[in-house]
Amino acid sequence: MARHSPYVRDKLAEALPAPASTTGFIGWMRQNLFDGPFNTILTLVALYVIYAVATPVIQFVFVNGVWVGEDRTACTTAAQGGVQPDGWFGGCWAYVEAYFNQFMYGRYPFEERWRVNIAAILLALALVAVLVPSFPLKRWALLYSVTIFPVATVVLLTGGHFELGGFFFGLSSSMGLSPDFAFFGDLLIVAIIAVGIGFIAARATGSSARSIVIPIIVAFAAIAVVIAIFAADFGLAPVETAVWGGLLVTLVISVTGITVSLPFGILLALGRRSQMPVIRSLSVIFIEFWRGVPLITVLFMSSVMLPLFLPADTDFDKLLRALIGVALFSSAYMAEVVRGGLQAISRGQYEGAMALGLKFWQMMRMIILPQALKLVIPGIVSTFIGLFKDTTLVLIIGLFDFLGQIQTSFANPNWASPVQSLSGYLFAAFTYWIFTFSMSRYSIYTERRLHTGHKR
Amino acid sequence: MSDATGNGSGERTFFLNDPKVRAVIYQVVMVAIVVWAGWSIIDNTAVNLKERGIPFGFDFLTAPSGFGVNQSLIPYSESSTYGDVYWVGLLNTLLVAVIGVFFATIIGFLVGIARLSHNWLIARIATVYIEVIRNIPLLLQLFVWYFAVLRLLPDKREALDLGPLGLVNIAGYYAPMPMFGENTWMVGVALLLALVLAFGIRMWARRRQMATGQQFPVGLTTLGLVIVLPLIAYLMSGDPVTFEYPELLRFGPRGGLRVIPEFIGLLLALTLYTAAFIAEIVRAGIMAVSHGQTEAAHALGLRNGPTLRLVIIPQAMRVIIPPLTSQYLNLTKNSSLAVAIAYPDLVSVFAGTALNQTGRAVEIILMTMLTYLALSLLTSAFMNWYNKRVALVER
Repeated sequence: MARHSPYVRDKLAEALPAPASTTGFIGWMRQNLFDGPFNTILTLVALYVIYAVATPVIQFVFVNGVWVGEDRTACTTAAQGGVQPDGWFGGCWAYVEAYFNQFMYGRYPFEERWRVNIAAILLALALVAVLVPSFPLKRWALLYSVTIFPVATVVLLTGGHFELGGFFFGLSSSMGLSPDFAFFGDLLIVAIIAVGIGFIAARATGSSARSIVIPIIVAFAAIAVVIAIFAADFGLAPVETAVWGGLLVTLVISVTGITVSLPFGILLALGRRSQMPVIRSLSVIFIEFWRGVPLITVLFMSSVMLPLFLPADTDFDKLLRALIGVALFSSAYMAEVVRGGLQAISRGQYEGAMALGLKFWQMMRMIILPQALKLVIPGIVSTFIGLFKDTTLVLIIGLFDFLGQIQTSFANPNWASPVQSLSGYLFAAFTYWIFTFSMSRYSIYTERRLHTGHKR
Repeated sequence: MSDATGNGSGERTFFLNDPKVRAVIYQVVMVAIVVWAGWSIIDNTAVNLKERGIPFGFDFLTAPSGFGVNQSLIPYSESSTYGDVYWVGLLNTLLVAVIGVFFATIIGFLVGIARLSHNWLIARIATVYIEVIRNIPLLLQLFVWYFAVLRLLPDKREALDLGPLGLVNIAGYYAPMPMFGENTWMVGVALLLALVLAFGIRMWARRRQMATGQQFPVGLTTLGLVIVLPLIAYLMSGDPVTFEYPELLRFGPRGGLRVIPEFIGLLLALTLYTAAFIAEIVRAGIMAVSHGQTEAAHALGLRNGPTLRLVIIPQAMRVIIPPLTSQYLNLTKNSSLAVAIAYPDLVSVFAGTALNQTGRAVEIILMTMLTYLALSLLTSAFMNWYNKRVALVER
């Protein structure tokens, strides 16, 4: 029989809350910042570092920053001939605002800037179409990004109405056609020859003539249409690339470099892993050469030597030369990234694809590349980021990209002040940072999204 | 009847469908294209050069250059040749690259370890540093250092006194110049002796540990030897090294070892930029060593220090070395941005000034590119050799 003892409790005691010093904010601080003397010292040093860096930055950007002003007097101290008190040191954001349009468009004619704006909207559309995974009508969106977008952008920015000429063999022009039509005449002749060769090859190898001839016809038709659009007169005033500048040039170079480097990089990577000794060694030489030299020498080469390499009458645009240099350079880097992905795919995948009877390109397109590219997304994006940052180098060969435009704005005495360069550079750094940081964030997002099938 | 593939029925396939034949055809076509492109480039260049009246050849390298260079590691004057210009530029490139690699490695390792720190604040500061520096173009950082930050230094006639470290102003950094007395060689000999002794002790200690399991404090002994022996020699030889300190005179600092501001700007930008990348590599390398290794080492009774030194770091280095090499190469190649602030490196004086004066674009650009290519290939060959030494030996 259980005796009732008043001093023995019949219920379990409630658990006491954890000591206040181990929970909540204080506990977190004790665990992460002040556990032990060494860590405490580190924390204090870190706090001092934050204070020492943040205070002058906040002072410069916000507290002393000048947001409105007409000219240099707003951003200079009294001793320098301005309105600010002596010892003042702050950001001259009024100057950035005054030059903002130049930083964006360079010397692009004022009344034609709407064309740049439309091109920017087209770019934004293409980016959204390509980057947002749940975008509706994905196929059409991608088709837009590789066809309408580049063609329309080129026509909009340059004004189109390119002269045709210097093509092939001039057979049609000897038949008395006008230059424009002569060009298409020559193209037609080449197309007919190509179709003929395709037809014979198809017969000889026993595959269906249709599957070879129709793609050839489609390709030539597409080329003809694109060239016709470039040659057509849309009534847009021509704008030379020499007056392009600012963020416009930066984006043109980086977007072109990125779009060219990916396919070429894939081809080069496949070439480097090819069984054919000639193709392999040519790819290796190409890749190692461009990766071994600094971009600046590549740009020097493309701006100084490219005109020497081509027939004397070819006149090459400065921007185009830089584009070629950047594209060659970034393709080599992209090739090494893609090769890393290809190497990570196990042999079983290749053997399985071949056992299914897939041809080389079918195997690559449907089995190997989707897996390989997925593996190296971080590498691809960091190559893109590197390319975007490297576009600044074109200012050394005399193009006015975003940074180049900022650098030239210092020459104008209207806003000259000791804080001008720091203000301009901070604005440039902020702008570049926004672009590159969002690229790296997008890469992390994609990596997570595509991380399928490996989770345990 | 033959089936669709033509195989297995005894019939020979058409020769174009044989992969081997196709491979030969593709390669022949490729060679033809490359040879044609190469030939037309050479032919066009020859025609273009002749049209512009520019001769081709390397004889210009022996012609006097006629321009001055503000930093040179070898004797150089305006009467020196273009060949000398090449060497001056190359040595300046190597100088900034070697010093940059040294500092970038130290800062990079510190920041990389800081990012993994248990201390939340330290880890955040390291993260912010990495994310800011990595995402801003190097050229812009170079401009910030050279055109904005260094311009805040005092004027040519004045100077910021750094005490025993010398003077600094807008025209450069004036370091104390060491002057070596006649007995300085004794210090060098002592240092050499210390190194030999330390190496011997190391071998002996390892053999003894293998035989008896007893350990010997090799690190401490080495440190002691390397410091004490040269110090004794230094004092015995009568304090031979003196420093010539720069002085602030009426027209600015005089004396000392002047470091040009272009060098300082370039070094700062290259070091801090590359350090951010190295930090990420170090972090990835340390994270790549699984936590089980730490636990196993602790289970064996190793303390934190030896665990890090003997277990974690050797394995992390294996992951760190290959990307670290490419960062060193990147730093060397990025030093060519010097041309933007007129630091007299290879690109700036040779592919810049010399090219503009002689107009020998083809020869100069080729020489410059091949030089960088050779540097890259040499570095990667060395690092591959090293990598092979430390790589995991599997059964």
